[in-house]
Amino acid sequence: MVDETQRPDLGGSFPATRWSAIEGARSSDPNERRRALDRIVSVYWKPVYKYVRARHRRSAEDAQDLTQEFFASLIDRGTLEAYDPRRARLRTFLKSCVDALAANADRDARRLKRGGGNVPLSLEFELAEGELARTGLPSPEHADDCFEKEWIRSLFAAAVDQLRSGLAAKGKEVVFSLFARYDLDDAEPGRPTYADLAREFGLTTTDVTNHLATARREFRRIALDLLRETTASEDEFRREARSLLGHAPE
Amino acid sequence: MSWLSDDALSRLRSAASAPDLSGTRYRLLQEVGRGGMCTVFLAEDPSLARRVALKVLDVPDESGELALRLTREAQVLARLEHPGIAPVHDVGRLPDGRVYYAMKFVEGPRLDAFAASSATLAERLRTFQRIAEAVAFAHDRGVLHRDLKPENVMVGPFGEVLVMDWGLAKSLLPASSDDRTPSGASVLPTSEAGPHTGHGAVLGTPGYMAPEQERGEVEQLDARSDVYALGAVLFFLLAVRNPPAGGSVPPIAGVPRPLLAVCGKAMAAEKRDRYADASALAAEIARYLDGRRVEAYPESLIHKTARLYARHKVAFWLIVTYVVVRGSLLFFTGR
Repeated sequence: MVDETQRPDLGGSFPATRWSAIEGARSSDPNERRRALDRIVSVYWKPVYKYVRARHRRSAEDAQDLTQEFFASLIDRGTLEAYDPRRARLRTFLKSCVDALAANADRDARRLKRGGGNVPLSLEFELAEGELARTGLPSPEHADDCFEKEWIRSLFAAAVDQLRSGLAAKGKEVVFSLFARYDLDDAEPGRPTYADLAREFGLTTTDVTNHLATARREFRRIALDLLRETTASEDEFRREARSLLGHAPE
Repeated sequence: MSWLSDDALSRLRSAASAPDLSGTRYRLLQEVGRGGMCTVFLAEDPSLARRVALKVLDVPDESGELALRLTREAQVLARLEHPGIAPVHDVGRLPDGRVYYAMKFVEGPRLDAFAASSATLAERLRTFQRIAEAVAFAHDRGVLHRDLKPENVMVGPFGEVLVMDWGLAKSLLPASSDDRTPSGASVLPTSEAGPHTGHGAVLGTPGYMAPEQERGEVEQLDARSDVYALGAVLFFLLAVRNPPAGGSVPPIAGVPRPLLAVCGKAMAAEKRDRYADASALAAEIARYLDGRRVEAYPESLIHKTARLYARHKVAFWLIVTYVVVRGSLLFFTGR
């Protein structure tokens, strides 16, 4: 259970009905804490890893160690306790923690490998390296942009996965297939038209229109729900939603 | 977890932010602008075969506060039926829960682009006069704009103006009041437009905000606060640059001193030193355009003579011609 007396005032926090991983990570309940940190790790491990590779120019092996150590510190040392959403976005806070950790690691030759002796998290670093090989390693000046883009990529990818499983559970695989063909597929030089998709899937154009509207509406809802889970207040959520949906930074 | 290419990310961003217009009468054409909490889209209304602008709230709104604010903005616009204010056609909620309103789609340059054009001084002043008249109408209906600036005014192809973006507008009427106030009634602050504009909230644009607005003294705002912003807009039209900080009006090359005095009076630091409302400012500009004396500028005899000469030049030369001809006749013929 969350110990209300220990919970810091986050300023404009969500209603109690909304689950927030930031709040959960501060919970005294180990299961709640683990669930919250799993969510944060799932959204942020790739941005952190690629940021370390780009900004701190670490080798793949070194960046893996640092990433493991960073998330171990979130889990075991309660680094998130220091986070105040009134002062910075979670992304900004995490980046500054990564920078501090990298600077300390430079000085501390006795640094323990693989999360300071903890059981390492199961993170697919080979996958991240493969993506970096595809996109190229950003220069240090572009490391912040890389972090932001990877954050969006991770969050959208998680939303796409949830959308796929959610629609499959309702027997609406065709809705996801249409969405994937129209909004995810890079195979063709141009996007298929609704008429193309109608022919391909044996549907009417109206069906395609309606199915795509449903999938997009559901995708937006899931993406914003995921975002809400990884922000600590309504205000932070709104600001992050603006970034996620393509508004210029404030 | 799925790998998403940069192109797919971009498509997903569009997919997540584009309004789902299924169940509405509109068909999406393209995004035309973003700002604040909303995105504006160009859409088609096939039933009336016309294009409209859809202003869609696209920031998550758990508390419903922003939806209320946008709805109020639409309601404020709906009661401001004036040629200088873009009309609102419809307000509603999309299937995904986002609130939107449809309004006239306005094409044409913004006032800042117009000011940078080769428009003459008289054209600039007539344009300003129309802006002030639109704002005066809003004041008469008990509404303050609170964010007047060149970017929020469109100039149509026939010189017509449209005052846009009433997102920060403040209703000065109690919620139960009738929409129409008697013409000329004093505009006194009585209620807030929305929960975002509580005491101390600084909303507006620096350089165009009256000092009391910059200080966040919401309860002190009245028609004269918009008059300040109008003075800053007039300065922009005359100088083609933003007014200096602090509100003092420096000389502008080629701009007559009476107009600078009008600017200075509109942008006075103290409310009591400004024009009483936008109507008074519009009337002052009308006087200048008619060659009459402006209240803001105490004339010397020389200036008064020059102004009267400019105003009555034809009559003056007719009289001079008559006197010369009459004198010549008298001199040469003795008649």
